[in-house]
Amino acid sequence: MDKVKYDKIRKKLKDTSIGIAGLGGLGSNAAVSLARAGIGRLVLVDFDKVEEKNLGRQYYFIEHIGRSKVDSLKEIIEKINPQVKLVIHNLKLEKGKMEKPFKDVNVVIEALDNAETKTIFIEEILTKLPKKPIIAASGVAGYGNSDRIKTKRLGNLFMCYDGQAKSSDDDVLMAPRVSIMANWEANLALEIILGEDK
Amino acid sequence: MNGKKVEWVKNETVEKLLKRMRYTFPLVVVKINDKVVPRKDFSYVKIPDKSTVAVIHMISGG
Repeated sequence: MDKVKYDKIRKKLKDTSIGIAGLGGLGSNAAVSLARAGIGRLVLVDFDKVEEKNLGRQYYFIEHIGRSKVDSLKEIIEKINPQVKLVIHNLKLEKGKMEKPFKDVNVVIEALDNAETKTIFIEEILTKLPKKPIIAASGVAGYGNSDRIKTKRLGNLFMCYDGQAKSSDDDVLMAPRVSIMANWEANLALEIILGEDK
Repeated sequence: MNGKKVEWVKNETVEKLLKRMRYTFPLVVVKINDKVVPRKDFSYVKIPDKSTVAVIHMISGG
């Protein structure tokens, strides 16, 4: 390992704050990856409780069923990397003030499930926090077809995107593809913070 | 529009352009010259000539 590069990256990541909206398949996996990578601060937002069906793709354990996702994920991350500063919001993002929990983060990750909420959230972040980079994902359902996933950049909006995928309403959600997208988002966050890895 | 050249139509709104390009997805993020156009404004925001229009449709799942 390149020790000099590693130390430089560690220092930079320690001073970085990332906000994640939604802690389902995308958000829980992205958060754990970023905690392992050594991000200094994570702002985690979700209103839901862990259900048994979530265990098929989300980073929770049987013992978390019935408990809030924010508390469960906090417990998990503290077991992985207790140095991460965690700010948790157990709330449903409300139209008109969705940007509120994310005002002081360096990068926002959209990890919501419903297309309508995704669209509203992206619109609000882009208009109310125009300088903030936002990473979003669209087209996570199904399995296989990894090569269709692309990064699309539109100004400060970075999309992890498969335009040919079906809606999760008409398809299945499977751990491998959801995890790829989640880590694609996390990887993009590192790239935005650290600059291109040359 | 999304990297393709599209004929400009005078006074065409975002809503009409999406219809003309046969976008059937109701949930899209639209940027004109890198500026986001909120969905509530699609019916009256007109596309200026020589604009760069980006349309990304959002699919459920997460």
